[in-house]
Amino acid sequence: MCLGIPGQIVAITDETRQMAMAEVSGVRREVNVACVAEGALEGLVGQWALIHVGFAMSLIDEDEAEKTLIALRDLGEAQEALEQMAAGDAALAGE
Amino acid sequence: MKFASEFRDPKAAKVLLAEIAKVADQIGATKEKPVHIMEVCGGHTHSIFRYGLDKLVHEGIEFIHGPGCPVCVLPRARVDECIEIAERLGVIFTTFGDAMRVPGTKKSLLQAKADGADIRMVYSPLDALELARRNPEREVVFFGLGFETTTPSTALAIQQAAREGLGNFSVFCNHITVPEPIKALLDDPHMCLDGFIGPGHVSMVIGIHPYDFIAQDYGKPIAVAGFEPLDLLQSVLMVLRQIAEGRAEVENQYARVVPEHGNSVSLAAIDDVYETRPSFEWRGLGEIDKSGLRIRAQYEAYDAEEKFGIGYAAGRREVEEAEGCACGQVMTGRMKPVECPQFGRGCTPEMPLGALMVSSEGACAAYWQYGGARAVEPAE
Ligand code: SF4
Repeated sequence: MCLGIPGQIVAITDETRQMAMAEVSGVRREVNVACVAEGALEGLVGQWALIHVGFAMSLIDEDEAEKTLIALRDLGEAQEALEQMAAGDAALAGE
Repeated sequence: MKFASEFRDPKAAKVLLAEIAKVADQIGATKEKPVHIMEVCGGHTHSIFRYGLDKLVHEGIEFIHGPGCPVCVLPRARVDECIEIAERLGVIFTTFGDAMRVPGTKKSLLQAKADGADIRMVYSPLDALELARRNPEREVVFFGLGFETTTPSTALAIQQAAREGLGNFSVFCNHITVPEPIKALLDDPHMCLDGFIGPGHVSMVIGIHPYDFIAQDYGKPIAVAGFEPLDLLQSVLMVLRQIAEGRAEVENQYARVVPEHGNSVSLAAIDDVYETRPSFEWRGLGEIDKSGLRIRAQYEAYDAEEKFGIGYAAGRREVEEAEGCACGQVMTGRMKPVECPQFGRGCTPEMPLGALMVSSEGACAAYWQYGGARAVEPAE
């Protein structure tokens, strides 16, 4: 719960709510980008961020993203984050 | 060989370990008289066990596992209150999965769900917001739990709910802060701590200066660290060097992610939505002054404690810890998990007695997962 997982921002989905689509370890998830937004949101597309409980908390470079992802996989945290995302989708579907 | 295969950069690890050993010798650290370094963050505890860092470093260094796991420090009374809210008619109770198995007095959230309460695991407070939008006839409550890394996300969700005027969304706020329990530990005359490894992702939000008091008022060194094994080794070395040179400072090992002054958007959201509680109860540690956050009056409509007249809004209830549970002693470094009389006997991951066995970041769970389970077998 306390570790962030790297994701790449691939599109802005809702300008007013500051929401973007991020690709996290191959899975797409809408995330909030308020904490990393400086200037136009479009500028975030293509950038990497540490995503924590649905919020992009800090921009990181691609190299750091890759290293972090490997470390998270080793710790079993990457899988856990993906399972939590799936659980979130299930909750929205009423399960 | 374990060492080579487990580290992505074994050469760098070896260099760091040799340097750590050199400085440890220089300051006279021995197995009998070790240097005590507390890693506050449960994520760090997990990394230390996963990579066996406690066994790899010089024998004069002892890691003390701190209280930095929000699931572990959640008192039983608060779990009971979650269940009470969840069992009210019309409520959808949403929580991070980590909290599902924490034992309350009678049951956990998982058991309450099996008993019929509508409890859903969400990934983000934004999922809870979306549930509120989709179910206007239901009350959606989000279980806000976590340290400063998680706190801004709940704050931003509350601000969003307020902007939309969502009337059926509220937060049961259990957000807690890192500096105050460290202060409580430092004020404890029985604790002997020589330095700290600071939680990196908390500092990504609050920066490094909230720890200034550790160095300035208590004269102890601290290095804010990332959670990869090399990050941790590097931080241990930074702390040891400070001790060797007679310095006490806040150093930032994780500067590639942690800005010195934190994240301004997050800090503004936290400040707008929350205020400090006079005191907050921690499992195993008791009441700690100014260590918890509550929702400001301005956002009272989104405060589940006010909405349901529960928790601190209704007066406190006293709930004893489970008998024989030593979670408090383990979290303050007075006891190793295997020294708890319940470890592996009355308390296992399948049948947990305390929260430290449940959370993936809990010291007992980490011990169990990485070899502790074997340690108790001969006694069976
Ligand atoms: S073994 Fe169980 S009861 Fe003992 S300290 Fe760990 S979690 Fe608490």
